[in-house]
Amino acid sequence: MRTRFRQKAGRQHHAGPLTYVLLGLAALASLFPLYWNLVAASHTGERVVTAPAPLLPGPRLFDNLTFAWNQVDMGEALVNTTVVASLVALSTVLFSTLAGFAFARLPFKGRNVLLTLVVATMTIPPQLSVIPLYRIITDLGWVDQLQSVVLPSLVAAFGVFFMRQFLIEALPVELVEAARMDGAHSLRIVWHVVFPVARPAMAVLGMLVFVQAWNDFFWPFIALTPDGNPTLQVALAGLGAGNHSVDQAVVLTGALISTVPLLLVFAVLGKHIVGGITAGAVKS
Amino acid sequence: MATSVRARNGGPPSPDAPPSRSPRPGSARSGGPSARRSRLYRWDLKATPYAFVAPFFLTFAAFGLFPLLYTGWLSLNRVELGGEPEWKGLANYTDLADSEFFWNALLNTFTIGVISTVPQLLMALGLAHLLNYKLRGRGFFRVAVLAPYATSIAAATLVFAQLFNTDYGLINSALGVVGFDPVDWESSTWPAQIAISVIVTWRWTGYNALIYLAAMQAVPNDLYEAAALDGASRWRQFLSVTIPSIRPTILFTVIVSTIGATQLFGEPMLYGGSVGISGGSGNQFQTLSLLMYEKGWVTGALGQASAIAWVMLLLLLLIGGIQALVARTDRKKLGG
Repeated sequence: MRTRFRQKAGRQHHAGPLTYVLLGLAALASLFPLYWNLVAASHTGERVVTAPAPLLPGPRLFDNLTFAWNQVDMGEALVNTTVVASLVALSTVLFSTLAGFAFARLPFKGRNVLLTLVVATMTIPPQLSVIPLYRIITDLGWVDQLQSVVLPSLVAAFGVFFMRQFLIEALPVELVEAARMDGAHSLRIVWHVVFPVARPAMAVLGMLVFVQAWNDFFWPFIALTPDGNPTLQVALAGLGAGNHSVDQAVVLTGALISTVPLLLVFAVLGKHIVGGITAGAVKS
Repeated sequence: MATSVRARNGGPPSPDAPPSRSPRPGSARSGGPSARRSRLYRWDLKATPYAFVAPFFLTFAAFGLFPLLYTGWLSLNRVELGGEPEWKGLANYTDLADSEFFWNALLNTFTIGVISTVPQLLMALGLAHLLNYKLRGRGFFRVAVLAPYATSIAAATLVFAQLFNTDYGLINSALGVVGFDPVDWESSTWPAQIAISVIVTWRWTGYNALIYLAAMQAVPNDLYEAAALDGASRWRQFLSVTIPSIRPTILFTVIVSTIGATQLFGEPMLYGGSVGISGGSGNQFQTLSLLMYEKGWVTGALGQASAIAWVMLLLLLLIGGIQALVARTDRKKLGG
């Protein structure tokens, strides 16, 4: 087992004590702000802004949660965010798989040019489209409507590229050919051959896009308002910005509410997400 | 049925060899339902790929390309929020060149970009190297360093704004314990920019480390064995084998981080609290994106905001060009 691993992977020296110390520090630096978010959310607003700030959890977590949930409507924001992130993830996975399959295994005129175009669009900053988009959604009366956040994200260049890379490796040409010889049309091939083969990559892409859509800030901040129909990030921005007299414990309780669902997803599926990030990167 | 299709089609399609155009024995002449089937089949082969890639291009055309061009046109006009455009030519751009706010935002975007991207990628390289050892609990370490990636810009920034608070923040308390004076992380230019860079670095280091780790694991073992035989130390191996082998991945992360740094918006805005939109009380951390937002949505000058957006695109094209140039001379030097 060990020798097989050694042949396959790169260098696999055993880690010394220093490695564990350094990695421990890195893990601490990664996790401490999250831990402190919990601490801050469990104290009163006055305590959080008193020097030195608390290091250990206090007694007010439940009160703060109730307040944030009822008074600032983090509950509604949570539902909105879940709806937006799910729709964006589902449609991105579906359309990226179809396009990725076409780019990986279907011959057509202009394929290489179009693929280059897909990759090139990744470099265009969202700042370049927000002004016209804002005018459009204003004209349509879509300000504060969730579709103004969902529609622009129906499919992403990253997803198309990711699925293409995966299918080139995982979907043998022979499999598609065999299905064709059996008289299957393209949609049948997608359903009976591509989807089953692509399922692991679809799951990983779905998680990555879900995380991204959940955390998206710039465009939702423009298209939605904290008082209208906000996602969690927009609601949080409304809580945190504005005036100084705001209750920081409540703000950080809001931050906690927006973070915990994703951290739970990470705790359960962390390994797969790690695998997905690395799988998407190797061939870049 | 299956045999008839196979006979008609000659050879199966493959990406490298498009469906055979050579005459197919007895295909066109036979009439009836099988001819229709074959027509359908060819139509399916031809049209389906375009149907499959269409959603991406339609979405991009509607929400990417059209707005991009429209922004370009708006940048040549004077437009108020909700008003009609009025032609101004290049005036928006010359106004920018005369505006000290613009140059300040450009410089801030650059400095924050450098002090967040460079340490971030260096630390990610080191972290990936450590994670590449044979480890106990490596699943835990990988997920732990990736956890910040799951945190949103808003949540991360609000937490760090408290940790960096000048009066009661834990970072100044910790500095006090080691004997340093409290640092003004809010209104002093460099400390404020460093604090914002720390947020960016915190969120992305683990993510980049995992990308590097994947690339490192694909490096063939023989290279290390050969280096070890030549007497290279582990550090030497890291410099002379690992880094050159994952050079394309490094370039990829440099490009992605540069694009991200150019668009920095949420971190400075939320870090600044009530003065976030102007990038701090003295604009000390106002980035291009923030300036664009302020022009467009606070001042209501959408034409000027559009001009800033286009300057960002030109900037990215310039950086992309330089990076492509570097990559090419790099390859030449390596003799590839």
